[in-house]
Amino acid sequence: MERPLTQYIHPDGPPRWLPEYLKGGGYRSLQTFAAGMAPQDLQRLVAEAGLRGRGGAGFPTANKWSFVPMGSDAPKPKYIVANADEMEPGTFKDRVLLEGEPHGLVESMIIAGYALEAEVGFIFLRGEYHRSAERLTQAIAEAYVEGYLGKPLPGTEFRFDLHLHASAGRYICGEETALLNALEGKRAIPRAKPPFPQTVGLWGQPTIVQNVETLYNLPHIVNHGSAWYRGLSRSKDGGTKIYGISGRVTHPGWWELPFGTTARELLEQHAGGMVNGASFRGLLPGGASTAFLTEQQLDLAMDYSSIPPEVGRLGTGTMIVLDDQTCPVGFVLNLEKFFARESCGWCTPCREGLPWVARILESFEEGRATHDDLALLEMHAKFLAPGHTFCALAPGATAPLQSALKYFRDDFMQHISSGSCPWSRKQKRERVLV
Amino acid sequence: MASIIVDNQAYTVDERQNLLAACLGIGLNLPYFCWHPAMGSVGACRQCAVKQFKDEHDRCGRLVMACMTSASDGTRISIDDPEAKAFRASIIEWLMVNHPHDCPVCDEGGECHLQDMTVMTGHVYRRYRFPKRTYRNQDLGPFIRHEMNRCIQCYRCVRFYRDYAGGRDLNVFGAHDALYFGREQDGTLENEFSGNLVEVCPTGVFTDKTLFHHYTRKWDLQSAQSICPHCSLGCNTTPGERYGILRRITNRFNSEVNGYFICDRGRFGYEYVNSDNRIKRALLRPELDRTKPAKPEGVPQILGVAADRLRRARGIVGIGSPRASLEANVALRSLVGPHQFFLGIDEYEHKLLSTILNILRNGPVPSASIHDAEQSDAVFVLGEDLLNDAPRLALALLQSVRQQPMERVDELKIPRWDEVAARNAVQDRRGPLFVAGYRRTWFHDYATDSYFAAPDDIARLGFAVAGTIGADAPSVPELTNEVRGLAQRIADALTQARRPLIIAGMGSGSQATIEAAANVAWALRQRGKQPRLSFVLPDCNSLGLALLGGESLNGAFDSISQGKADTVIVLENDLYRRAEQARVDAIFDAAKTVIVIDSLEHRTTAHADVLLPAATYSESDGTLVNQEGRAQRFYRVFVPDGDITESWRWARDLAHAKSQETEGSTGVATWRNFDDAVAGTAAAVPELARIGEVAPSADFRVAGQKVPRQPDRYSGRTSLLSHLTVHEPRPPTDPDTPLAFSMEGYRGPIPSPLIPQFWSPGWNSIQALNKYQDEIGGPLRNEMPGLRLIEPVATKAPFWFTAVPPPFKSTPHRWLLLPLSAVFGGEELSCRSQAIAERMSEPFISLHPSDGARLSLEDGRTIELALQRTTYRLAVHFDPSIPAGTAGLFLVPDGSGLRLPVWVDLSEAIKTGRKRRVA
Amino acid sequence: MLTDIERHELEAAVKHYPDKRAGAIDALLIVQRRRGWISDDSVLDIAQFLGMTGEDVDSIATFYNLIFRKPVGRHVAFVCDSISCWIMGYEQVCARIKERYEIEPGQTTRDGRLTFLPIACLGHCERAPAMMIDQDVYGCVTPDKVESIVEKYR
Repeated sequence: MERPLTQYIHPDGPPRWLPEYLKGGGYRSLQTFAAGMAPQDLQRLVAEAGLRGRGGAGFPTANKWSFVPMGSDAPKPKYIVANADEMEPGTFKDRVLLEGEPHGLVESMIIAGYALEAEVGFIFLRGEYHRSAERLTQAIAEAYVEGYLGKPLPGTEFRFDLHLHASAGRYICGEETALLNALEGKRAIPRAKPPFPQTVGLWGQPTIVQNVETLYNLPHIVNHGSAWYRGLSRSKDGGTKIYGISGRVTHPGWWELPFGTTARELLEQHAGGMVNGASFRGLLPGGASTAFLTEQQLDLAMDYSSIPPEVGRLGTGTMIVLDDQTCPVGFVLNLEKFFARESCGWCTPCREGLPWVARILESFEEGRATHDDLALLEMHAKFLAPGHTFCALAPGATAPLQSALKYFRDDFMQHISSGSCPWSRKQKRERVLV
Repeated sequence: MASIIVDNQAYTVDERQNLLAACLGIGLNLPYFCWHPAMGSVGACRQCAVKQFKDEHDRCGRLVMACMTSASDGTRISIDDPEAKAFRASIIEWLMVNHPHDCPVCDEGGECHLQDMTVMTGHVYRRYRFPKRTYRNQDLGPFIRHEMNRCIQCYRCVRFYRDYAGGRDLNVFGAHDALYFGREQDGTLENEFSGNLVEVCPTGVFTDKTLFHHYTRKWDLQSAQSICPHCSLGCNTTPGERYGILRRITNRFNSEVNGYFICDRGRFGYEYVNSDNRIKRALLRPELDRTKPAKPEGVPQILGVAADRLRRARGIVGIGSPRASLEANVALRSLVGPHQFFLGIDEYEHKLLSTILNILRNGPVPSASIHDAEQSDAVFVLGEDLLNDAPRLALALLQSVRQQPMERVDELKIPRWDEVAARNAVQDRRGPLFVAGYRRTWFHDYATDSYFAAPDDIARLGFAVAGTIGADAPSVPELTNEVRGLAQRIADALTQARRPLIIAGMGSGSQATIEAAANVAWALRQRGKQPRLSFVLPDCNSLGLALLGGESLNGAFDSISQGKADTVIVLENDLYRRAEQARVDAIFDAAKTVIVIDSLEHRTTAHADVLLPAATYSESDGTLVNQEGRAQRFYRVFVPDGDITESWRWARDLAHAKSQETEGSTGVATWRNFDDAVAGTAAAVPELARIGEVAPSADFRVAGQKVPRQPDRYSGRTSLLSHLTVHEPRPPTDPDTPLAFSMEGYRGPIPSPLIPQFWSPGWNSIQALNKYQDEIGGPLRNEMPGLRLIEPVATKAPFWFTAVPPPFKSTPHRWLLLPLSAVFGGEELSCRSQAIAERMSEPFISLHPSDGARLSLEDGRTIELALQRTTYRLAVHFDPSIPAGTAGLFLVPDGSGLRLPVWVDLSEAIKTGRKRRVA
Repeated sequence: MLTDIERHELEAAVKHYPDKRAGAIDALLIVQRRRGWISDDSVLDIAQFLGMTGEDVDSIATFYNLIFRKPVGRHVAFVCDSISCWIMGYEQVCARIKERYEIEPGQTTRDGRLTFLPIACLGHCERAPAMMIDQDVYGCVTPDKVESIVEKYR
C-alpha cells in the first residue's frame, strides 16, 4: 500500500531537511514547469486526478481553482494561502504532515502558486503548533537559500515568495474568509460569499485558501500523474487520506490509507477496536462539526462521495469515538461549549444560540433539565442551519447535537427522568427552580 | 426595474436594491437591525430572514436574509411563511437573552427599534432561564450616555462611527458572546458626528446625555421641522419641546441636504434656548438715561416709547443679521427703509460674500447640495477647514472618496449595498480628494494629497489648476515644480471625474481662493465637464442676507458717526463680534436710541435702550437660505414664555406703533401673520419671489384640519398645569402655519416640511422614516426639500478672475494671523450651550514650530497677546501644518471683533509668556 | 516605549505585508513574547508603531485567545479541554492542577510561576489528554504525571 504523503514521516524523529528531501526526489516536481507544463496543464492534471479538498468540505480542488482569473489581464498580485489553522477538535492530521515533512508544504505551495500564477504565498499556522512553526521556518529558509523561493525557477519566469504567519488563536480562523481577515491583521470575522476569495480575497486580490493535506498531494500528482493518483484510491475521490482515531480505542493514532477505507476497517483493524471494557456507541467521522455515525453506518466508505448527506459528512477524516462509558450528553456539551466559546460574535444565532445550547446541556448534566429544554435544543438544532447563520460554524456545531438527539434520545430522556446524569458519580442535586 | 413576488403579490422594484430595502419600500413590515439605508448590508443580525422559492413549483423554499439578497427579477419570497416568522421570532428571543428589559428606565423606551421589532415578530415569553451577562459602562463625555447591558451586538455603532464617520476611538472588543462596544478607556468620544450613535443604535446603548438632563419621552415631545442655525449648511432637524424647555434635537431626513446624519454641533448646540441668559422680558432704560440699567416694562409702553423715538429720530439705521431669518431681516428693512438697512456684516465679509454671490449668480457652474457632494467622484477643497466650519459637508466628502473605487465594485458585480464585500474589494483605495488648507485635521487622512500653505499660495495652486485645465483661464507665473506637479495631478483627477466638485469659502478670509475656485470650476465647465461649486459661508443665513442686498455695517456706522442717523435698530446681532470694540462703543455713544432685538444677552444687548426679546429658531417661523442657495422653512416648535416673540413681529409692532397716527400704513406694519411676512419677503427682491413655494402656506389643510405638533400619545395635557389651575388651558393658536399646538388634527400623508416627527404604527423609532419613503434612502413622499434660489445658466461664458496673488512671503518681523475655527466654539449660539461649552478648547494660537522657536515660545505655554487694544490670553500650540510665517488664531466667538487675516508683529504683540533670553 | 529589539523585530515582521496594519497580530505576539503579556501601555506602543489607535489594536488583541491582556505567570500551562481529551479524562488533570497549585483556570499561582488556562483542541488527540506548557506539548497526561511535568518549569 503506497503512502506518498507520509512514507518518510517518523512521528518521533526529525523531519527530512533539504539534502535528504532532495535525495528522495523532493522539489523534482518543479522541473516539469521548465519542461513545458503550463499553469493550465497543471490545473487540468489536478482535475484529472480527482483531488478534493481535505479540510472538511471536500470541494474539488481544480474546480475551486477554475474561478481564479488567469492570464495577463488578471489582477496582480494573486495569493495562495495554506490553511494550517488545524483546530477542529479531534483533528491532528495536518500537524503530522507539518511536523513530519515541512519541505512538502513548501514544494506544494510553489506548485499551487505556479498553477494559479500567484506569486505570493502565506502559511496560516495555528499559534499552538510551535514545533510546526520551527520546522516550517527552517524549511522556508532552506528553500530560499536553494533558490526555490524568491528567485525565478530555472527555465521559467515564475518566482514565488512564501511567508509563515503564526495565528493568535481562535477556531474561526480556520474558516477561509475569516482566515483572510486574520491574515490582514483584523478580527477574524468571516466575510460574506459571494464574492469568493478566488476573485476578492486577501487585500481584495484573487486568493486561493487550501487545506494543508490537500496541498501535500500536489507534488505526487505532478510526479506520478493522475492515473496513478486515482489508482491509490478505493473510491471516486482520488488519492490517499490521512485518517485518525481518538477516544477509548486500543491504538489511537493516524494512518495514511486509500481514500474510501471504511470506518469499520479503521476502527477494528487499524485502531485495534475498543479498549477492554468499553463498547462502541458512535463516532464523529471528521472532527467536532460532523454528525454521529453509529454501528449501522460503520461499513460506509470514508470519503466525500459515499456518506449520504442525510447521514452526515466525512469532515476531516479524523474520528472521535463515543463509547458506552461516556455520557453522550456530556460529549455533546463539551462540543457545544467549544463552539460557543469559538463563535466570532458576528451573527446572532451563533453568538447567542450556542451559549444557550451549552447551558441547557449543562442543566441536563446537572439533572435540572425538563422536556421544554429538549424542545429548545431541537429549536436550536433546526434554526442554526446552513444559510441561517453567517458562516458554517453554528451549523457545524449543531451536526453532533442534532444527530445525538436522534441516536441518543433515550439518554437525554434518562437525564430528565432521573434528575441526574447516569454517568456521573456526583451526588444528585436538589432540583432548584431558576 | 425588477418584478418580484412577495407572499403571492407581484411588485415592481428597483433591482439594484436588496430585498429588505425593496420590501420596506413597498411598505411591508420586515424587521431588521444591522442594516441601515446609508450604511448597507452586513448580514450580522439575521433578523430579516424571509423564505425564498426557486419558482412557483417550489413548495419548500429556503430561508435567506433579505438584506443580503438582490431584488432580482423573478424573485419569489414569503415574509409570512411560518418557518420564516418562527426564525425571526427566535432571533429576537436570542437578542433578548441578555437584554435587561429595563425599558421603563431606559431613555430609548418609546422610540426603541428593538421594542418595535420585538413587538413585530411576536416574541413574548422568555424561555432563557440562565444568568445574563453584565458590563461596566463608560463615561463617553458630555454628549453620549453608555449602557452596554442593553447592547444587541448589531455592530451598527462601530460601522457608523468608524467606517462612515471616520472616527477611531470607538470599537468592538472581545469575541463570541462577550463583546464590548466602547472606547479603549473611558473618555469623550472625539468624532464630530458621535451624536448620530443615538439614532444609529437600535436600542438604548448610546443615548443623548443632554436629553437625559431634562428627559422626556418621544411621545411627550412637541415637534416641528427646523433648520439647524449653527452653520451655513442648513441641515434639517427635529427639535422636541415639553414644558417650555427644548429637550433635544434629532436629525430630520432631507434627501438633498443632510440625509440621515447631522453633526454634534447641530445636535447638541440647542441648549442656549433654555439658557439663563435668555432675554425673556422686554426692557426699557428708564427715561432713556444711559446711566441706568434697562428694566422690564409693559410691552405697549415700551413700544410706545420706542415708536415715539423712531418718529422723532433724525435718521434710523437698521442692522440686519446673517443668523436671522429672511422674514426678520425683510421686516427690519421694511421698517427702516431699504436705504437705511445694513447687512450686519463687516465690509470685508460683505466683499467676500458678494464675490461668491456673483460667482453663483453669473457663472456657468451650479452650486452643490450636500447630496451632490456625497456623489462627487473628485473633490478639490481650497482653504476651508470643513471639519470645523461645515462638518456635515466633511462627512459627505468621506463618502465621496468611495465613489471612484465603487466602479471596481461594479466591475466585480458586487451589489453596492453589500457593504462587507464592497469594503473588501475597495480595501484602502480612495477616490481623489485634494485638500489645500493651513491646518491639519484628521480629515486630511482621507485626502489624496494635502497642501498646507498660506491662503495666497492656496489661491495660486487653485489658479494653476484652472490654468492647467482651461485653455483661456489665466495661468500662474513663478510656480515651484512641486506646486506645478500638484496642480497637474489635481487637474488630471478633476478632468477625469464625472462629477467633480470644487469647494472654497470664507473661512480663510481670502478673496483669492474664492476666485481661484471659480476659475477651476469654470475651466472644467469649459472642457465640457459637469462640475459643481460649494462655498462655505459663516452663518445660517449669510446667503439669504446677501440676496437681500445692501451695504455692510460700515455704512451704518458711517451714518451714525456722520450724524445722518441717531437711532439704531440691531436685529439678532452682536456688533462686538463684527467690529473693533472702540468703534462699536463710539457708535452706541453717538446714537441717541439703541433698539436691540435678540434672544441671548451679549455685549450689544447691554447697550440697548430698548431691548426686545426675540424668539429663537425653535420658537419662531422663518426661512433661511443655506450656502447652496437653498431656501428652507423652519417652524415654531413651541410658544415661549414672557414677552418673547418673533423678530419680524417686533419689527411689525414697531412699524405699527410708529405709523399708527399716520393714515394707510404700508409694508411690515400691515403684516398680520407669517404668510404676510413671506409675501412681503417675496416682494422685497426678485430672487426671493418664489419663497412662498418653500412650504405650504398657513391656510393649508387636509380634510379641513391642521397638522398637530403633538403626537397621538402626548400625555397629561389636562394635568400639565394642574398644580396651578384645574382648568385645562386653551392651547395657543397658530395663525402662521398649517401646524397646531395640539394633539388634534390630521395625521396622514402631508408635505414634508409639515411632518412634526417621523412615526408610524409599530415604528416608534426614527426608523419610521422608511414609512415616509417610496424608495428606501430616496426622497420622502411629498418631499419639499427646499427651493434652490440661484440656478446658473450653463451656457454662460466664464468671466475669468485674473488677480493671481504673488507667492506668500514670510517677513522677519511680521506674521499673517489666520482665523481658525472649531466645531465646538466656532459658532456664536451653540457655544452658549452647556454640553458644547464643555467640549470647547481654550483660545489658542497655532504656530509652526520654527516660528515658535524664533519667538522664544514653548509649546503648551500660555501667552498674552495684545491686538487692536485688546489683550488675549492664548495657549500656544506648535503645529507643523501651519505654514511658517503665519499663525492660526482661535478665539471663542464672542471674544473678538478682530478681522482676520491680519499682519501682526508677534514679537511686539506677545506681552508675556516668552522664554527669557539667555544672554 | 518599544525597545530597540522589539522595534527591530516588528519591522521585520511587517515587511512582507502590503499594509503595515496587517502586522498587528504579529506585533502583539512579538511584544507578548518579550513582555509576557499585553498591557494597556503595550497596546498603545504597538498602535503607535503601526499608525493605529489604541482602539484599533485592542479590538484585535481582545479577539484572539492567545493574546493575554492580563498578566500571566512565568509559565503558562494550557490544558486541552476539547472532546478527545475530555473523553480521556482531562478533568482529572485539571482537578490535580487546582489542588496541587491552588489555582482555578485563568489564575496564576501566588508565586507568579504558573498560569493555568484551558485551551481548545491542541491537535494531539491520539495522545489525549494533552497539555502544553509554554511551547512544549505533553500527551497521555495523567493526574499523577502533572507534578513531574510542571516541575520542569520553575
